[in-house]
Amino acid sequence: MNLLGKLNWNAIPFDQPIIMGASGGMVLVIVSILSWVTLKGYVPYLWREWITSVDHKRIGIMYIILALIMLLRGFADAIMMRAQQAVAAGGAQGYLPPEHFDQIFSAHGTIMIFFMAMPFVIGMMNFVVPLQLGVRDMAFPTLNSVALGLTASGILLTNISLTVGEFAKTGWVAYPPLSELQFSPGVGVDYYLWALQISGVGTLMTGINFVATILKTRAPGMSYMRMPVFCWTSLAANLLVVAAFPVLTATLAMLLLDRYLGFHFFTIDGQGNAMMYVNLFWVWGHPEVYILVLPAFGIFSEVVSTFSGKPLFGYRSMVAATMAICVLSFIVWLHHFFTMGASANVNGFFGVMTMIIAVPTGVKVFNWLFTMYGGRIRFTVPILWSIGFMVTFVIGGMTGVLMAVPPADFQLHNSLFLIAHFHNVIIGGTVFGLMAGYNYWFPKAFGFKLDERWGRASFWCWLIGFYLAFMPLYALGLMGMTRRMQHYDVASWQPWLVVAAVGVVVILAGIVCQVIQLVVSIRDREQLKVTADPWNGRTLEWATASPPPAWNFAMLPQVTDIDAFWKRKQRERTQQAQPPKEHKFEPIEMPKNSATGFVTAFFSVITGFALIWHIWWMAGAGAIGIFLTMLAFAFRHEEEIKIPVDQIARFEQANQAEIAV
Amino acid sequence: MNIAVALDDEVRQEARPRASEAGPATKRIVVGYGFWIFLLSDIVMFAAFFAAYAVLAHATAGGPSGLQLFNQRSVAIETGCLLASSYTCGLMSLVIGSRRYPATYLAALITFVLGAAFLILEVREFAGMIAVGAGPQRSAFLSAFFTLVGCHGLHVTAGLVWLVVMMAQVAIKGFRETVERRLLCFSLFWHALDIVWVWLFTVVYLMGVLS
Repeated sequence: MNLLGKLNWNAIPFDQPIIMGASGGMVLVIVSILSWVTLKGYVPYLWREWITSVDHKRIGIMYIILALIMLLRGFADAIMMRAQQAVAAGGAQGYLPPEHFDQIFSAHGTIMIFFMAMPFVIGMMNFVVPLQLGVRDMAFPTLNSVALGLTASGILLTNISLTVGEFAKTGWVAYPPLSELQFSPGVGVDYYLWALQISGVGTLMTGINFVATILKTRAPGMSYMRMPVFCWTSLAANLLVVAAFPVLTATLAMLLLDRYLGFHFFTIDGQGNAMMYVNLFWVWGHPEVYILVLPAFGIFSEVVSTFSGKPLFGYRSMVAATMAICVLSFIVWLHHFFTMGASANVNGFFGVMTMIIAVPTGVKVFNWLFTMYGGRIRFTVPILWSIGFMVTFVIGGMTGVLMAVPPADFQLHNSLFLIAHFHNVIIGGTVFGLMAGYNYWFPKAFGFKLDERWGRASFWCWLIGFYLAFMPLYALGLMGMTRRMQHYDVASWQPWLVVAAVGVVVILAGIVCQVIQLVVSIRDREQLKVTADPWNGRTLEWATASPPPAWNFAMLPQVTDIDAFWKRKQRERTQQAQPPKEHKFEPIEMPKNSATGFVTAFFSVITGFALIWHIWWMAGAGAIGIFLTMLAFAFRHEEEIKIPVDQIARFEQANQAEIAV
Repeated sequence: MNIAVALDDEVRQEARPRASEAGPATKRIVVGYGFWIFLLSDIVMFAAFFAAYAVLAHATAGGPSGLQLFNQRSVAIETGCLLASSYTCGLMSLVIGSRRYPATYLAALITFVLGAAFLILEVREFAGMIAVGAGPQRSAFLSAFFTLVGCHGLHVTAGLVWLVVMMAQVAIKGFRETVERRLLCFSLFWHALDIVWVWLFTVVYLMGVLS
């Protein structure tokens, strides 16, 4: 019996200079960061305050750090692809061999959707939602920490595949029969499957956690129609997570059974049905698009109303539009493959439903415009991203409606027109939204603002770079260029691809500006220091200190209206200035820190890696480890700690003094 | 979670707040509610396996069909065991309410034995099918069958392990709030498995022998 399964030294591609250089760099960075942290003696602090923390704010920040790192990784893939296609015209083969190019586009899609956009969105919701609801934590704090751990495990496995073995060459959707053992005998697809299964479980936990939090734990007085719009869109997104991710889990499980145990769900022999995979995948996949974009819509709603100094126009219609999108997103999945050969009526139905989704989306766009209309707009970085979004997203939405026409889709299916469309909505919608949220809530998380000048520079680079990089792809799609081409013969495509490559370089400049923005802001943090409410905000997260204490609110706020904090400020302004009342605090019970999340993640990586390489004893050991971790958690004695009154009072006093200054 | 309400703010005390304005729910409600949502997500996962089974139900690739393979009697006994275990699980919830230790252990034991009997019958059915060359590798229909029924079986197995752990918790920690909340979740889980089995019985075993 082979102790290490399929694993041996041949798994590491020593003959590939690009891969070895990248992995060498990655290992070097990780080792140097780890040794720096150890030498400086930060390990106990990190362990106590971050890794074992079950505080939703800390967990949210860690999600976003993961997402930003993965943004760099996924963007490096994007640069390589654009560079390859800019040069590989005519007889030229470019610098990337096909099997490497295939891994790059698969990794790019997988990383950007699952390991950049998802953690970023989840991190943003984690940080903001409990604060906006006026409560002290999520419904299930330790589960939250476990979910973060599982997401990190999936990310780690995907990155290990860069060095040990290979990643999938099937595209980020891994359609069978190509992804079956017969045509993809390597470990690439297994890396893809196990990374997504493990992180998918984490995402499902997050979804359950948020639905329970938003529906069952809100500050007193906060009825549904008084919830901030970001909480509404988060609720919708997490309802979609709960309803859609189990389908992905089941679908990937079927493919795993095909690959590991010789089942016949999607195989060519045994009367398997490959189109069933495509259907099931998009039953998850289309709601996933809205899981990513709905929270971004929520961020824009908050940003637009704050910086216009007006309540959101049409709050109720915004809520209705959000929930309409939530439902409709489940009945459009077939538009991803009109070319499957379903009857004209089936295609017609899904085409019409797809076009109908544009209606609630249009309602939202008009609501934002009317919110700004007549407002006193402050052109800060978050509102720049929001305006950039409105223009860009409408273009992307319209090309989407265009492709919803089945006969048109037969021409555009799998072409670069499609690539341009979905980057147009995902970058223009989700990424711009996340950037707006990052700039908007950063002062709340750390107590100082991000530098405005570098933030503006980064926005303009991103916006211009986006148009340069993706508008040519629309043209190329209409000219007939399909996606995922390692090289091509048509010389007239090349100028467009060179422009696209230039666009990517401009986006790179935007990312560099963001890194500089962060560094400069940390350097100048004393000048950029803010109090609780730097933007003249409207919702409850601005009612507590920046950064908020572990318990968020010394006393749960009493909500009487939408824009609860705005109303309170107005009330205080109209009433005569009163001497600050003596508060009678009560001790607060907070969930105790727990290593469960970290240990579960540790064993998940071991189990996942062992399953990928068929090291069965290790997979068993890892699974037992996970079970024992859960058992240890179930039998622990203390579950909560009490924060004493004097600690709360001391914090509140210091905070009041700071605001008074 | 601590519900410290800022009473010095403007609050109309005389009007009783509506349920949606009452502030954070108690932990028992939050936990039960969260578990319900998990069960819904689990049922969505089963729905995907059901859909796959429905698509592949006739894809026998020249191999045996359900009509030739399914043994109605054995499945009837299985169903009886599982439904009865749900009944004893309900009894267990009642005796937990009155905090009687011996009765709780007894009800849990009966639930465990019935669940284990269900599993043994299912494993025997699977083993018999594999022995006659009708394993999951034979055809897409059998792949879907083994996955759907096996997934339910795995859930029952997990439920049995959970039940043992819970009884250990009752013995060691006693009827404290956390333990009672977990027992509530367990009984929800166990009844949900019944619901899934009723669909499974109908779609797989009853409809399977019709054609």
